[in-house]
Amino acid sequence: MNGAASSLLQIEVSEQDTGSRIRLAGSLSVQTLSRLDAALRALPTRPTRLDLSAVTRLDTAGAWAIVMLQKRMTDAGSLAEIDGANRQQLDLLKTVAAALPEIPPKQVTRPGLSERLATVGRAVAGGVTFLMELTGYLGIFLSRLGRAVLHPREFRLTALVHHCQEVGLRAVPIVSLMAFLIGVVLAFQGSAQLRQFGAEVFVVDLIAISILRELGILLTSIIVAGRTASAFTAAIGSMKMREEIDAMRTLGIDPAMALFVPRILALLLMLPILGLIANVMGLLGGAIMSWIELGISPAMFRTRLIEGTGISHVIVGMVKAPVFAVIIGVVGCHAGMKVGNNAESLGRMTSNAVVTAIFAVIVADALFSIFFAQMEI
Amino acid sequence: MDNEPIISLRGIRNQFGAQVVHDNLDLDVWRGEVLGVVGGSGTGKSVLLRTIVGLLRPRAGSVFLFGQDALAATEEERAMIDRRTGVMFQDGALFSSLTVRENIEVPMRAIDGLTPDLRRALADLKISMSGLAWSAGDKYPSELSGGMRKRAGLARALALDPEIVFLDEPTAGLDPIGASAFDALIKALSRQLGLTVFLVTHDLDTLHATCDRIAVLAEKRVLVSGTMQDMLNVDHPWVHEYFHGPRARAAMAAKDRND
Ligand SMILES: Nc1ncnc2c1ncn2[C@@H]1O[C@H](COP(=O)(O)OP(=O)(O)OP(=O)(O)O)[C@@H](O)[C@H]1O
Ligand SMILES: [Mg+2]
Repeated sequence: MNGAASSLLQIEVSEQDTGSRIRLAGSLSVQTLSRLDAALRALPTRPTRLDLSAVTRLDTAGAWAIVMLQKRMTDAGSLAEIDGANRQQLDLLKTVAAALPEIPPKQVTRPGLSERLATVGRAVAGGVTFLMELTGYLGIFLSRLGRAVLHPREFRLTALVHHCQEVGLRAVPIVSLMAFLIGVVLAFQGSAQLRQFGAEVFVVDLIAISILRELGILLTSIIVAGRTASAFTAAIGSMKMREEIDAMRTLGIDPAMALFVPRILALLLMLPILGLIANVMGLLGGAIMSWIELGISPAMFRTRLIEGTGISHVIVGMVKAPVFAVIIGVVGCHAGMKVGNNAESLGRMTSNAVVTAIFAVIVADALFSIFFAQMEI
Repeated sequence: MDNEPIISLRGIRNQFGAQVVHDNLDLDVWRGEVLGVVGGSGTGKSVLLRTIVGLLRPRAGSVFLFGQDALAATEEERAMIDRRTGVMFQDGALFSSLTVRENIEVPMRAIDGLTPDLRRALADLKISMSGLAWSAGDKYPSELSGGMRKRAGLARALALDPEIVFLDEPTAGLDPIGASAFDALIKALSRQLGLTVFLVTHDLDTLHATCDRIAVLAEKRVLVSGTMQDMLNVDHPWVHEYFHGPRARAAMAAKDRND
């Protein structure tokens, strides 16, 4: 390819007393540009004549190289003249010269200390703004929810049912399977440790407390965050991207009422149910594994469960569910509304939503733990 | 103009399911001319363009580009053909993750020996030639208006100074002044570079201002082709309505005023 390109273009330079003469022959095109440009750049600044009479093809790239040469010569107080060009070629040179972009030189700023501090500051400010925005969305959701109670006709029951099905019913298989396996793992690991002390029967307490209090609802929320926060962001974000949200506003439909309320409310209703299902399935998995591994019969498991585990553990677990639900819903809807008008931001915001939702759920769970520990519940 | 057409279509048949879009369609485009393709919405102008540039394989018929059978071409031959043609899609089809300048540099990456600096300078030249402000080069397609996206699409189509450019409704959605400037640009490039232009348009002003020849797509084929003068004398009802309707009269009056 390179060989072919160089045979397409011949450059003859002859230095005379009066100036340089350059005879160009062949094709002055984007294919041969690098050679042409290098040759023309190497010319000394003195009166120059370019002979184009043997040029077979001149495209904008070739014309650009010639115009740049002329510009360089003129700037240096010299002159580059053109011989033997036909009318089309002269026209093209004129067009290119006229179009030559006037690019002001870029100001290069080196990142100094203040620049770096500013970057840190911007990041912190961005984080604070993000939290404020999330709070704002929570406020919007609550106010619209209140409005829906006062004006039930504006509320969309069909949408709520639809989202309940998407968020709740369709998540049941994955949540059940996950919880069942967690129960199995806990029983298996617990029995291996407790057997050393001959305290096998406490495996029931281990399973019950860890699942009911923490793992059931936390892992359910993480799965729901992955499934549902991304789905909310994708659905709302693609509407935002195609200006459907703007269209809704101009048609007098409140996007918060139409999009946020049914989604977040569905999560609020479904997450506790999913958490309960996870609790039951986790205990079931634990019971089966205890039976197989330790020979604790289901009846004994049940007795031990009722005796050893207070109802407060279940309550502590379930209290968190609505909070996690609102976190997931608000993060998903907020990320959806942040989507710009290109597909790339849709993808970025969707994965952001999942990460943020999972992270926020875990932080909230940690805060709950501290709170309950302080309250000695 | 050469004696051999630069694009030649014979017996093209395109079909989606049971819907036949083209049947036994013939068309010749000559080197250096600007051919305007007109037809009602949904008559298959965009489909015809996609067929010629090789994005859609016709059910029957043959496509000759630069005298070469494009449907029988090997992958390498096809790549050579692609390098000698440029396409501007109906809505720009810019890569959304690249800036305008990077979009224009994409085809240049295939050329050996072009340094990044040269690529950048050429891309800036193309941006400026297509009528965009130089500062548009650093923007992403989503930050441009519809008309600016079209210009950026044209700049990318012209990046390698192709011998043929295919333009799908280049002036749709442009303001009248911008559209006239676009027409003038296409006309000037076709004259100065010997560029062949295959131009799908609904814009009667563009037809008057730039096209050497017009092909009318109707009844699943190229119904007639010829100069504007020829079109005015065709007595097919649709063609007559198209070139004698109120908009056509206004465009003609504008053309007469300009001449
Ligand atoms: N991928 C596809 N699948 C099925 N049908 C298609 C496809 N692409 C095009 N068509 C059909 O082919 C016909 C021609 O479409 P085309 O896009 O070429 O119209 P057009 O002449 O460019 O119209 P417009 O002026 O509105 O752009 C239409 O009826 C369209 O429904
Ligand atoms: Mg079309």
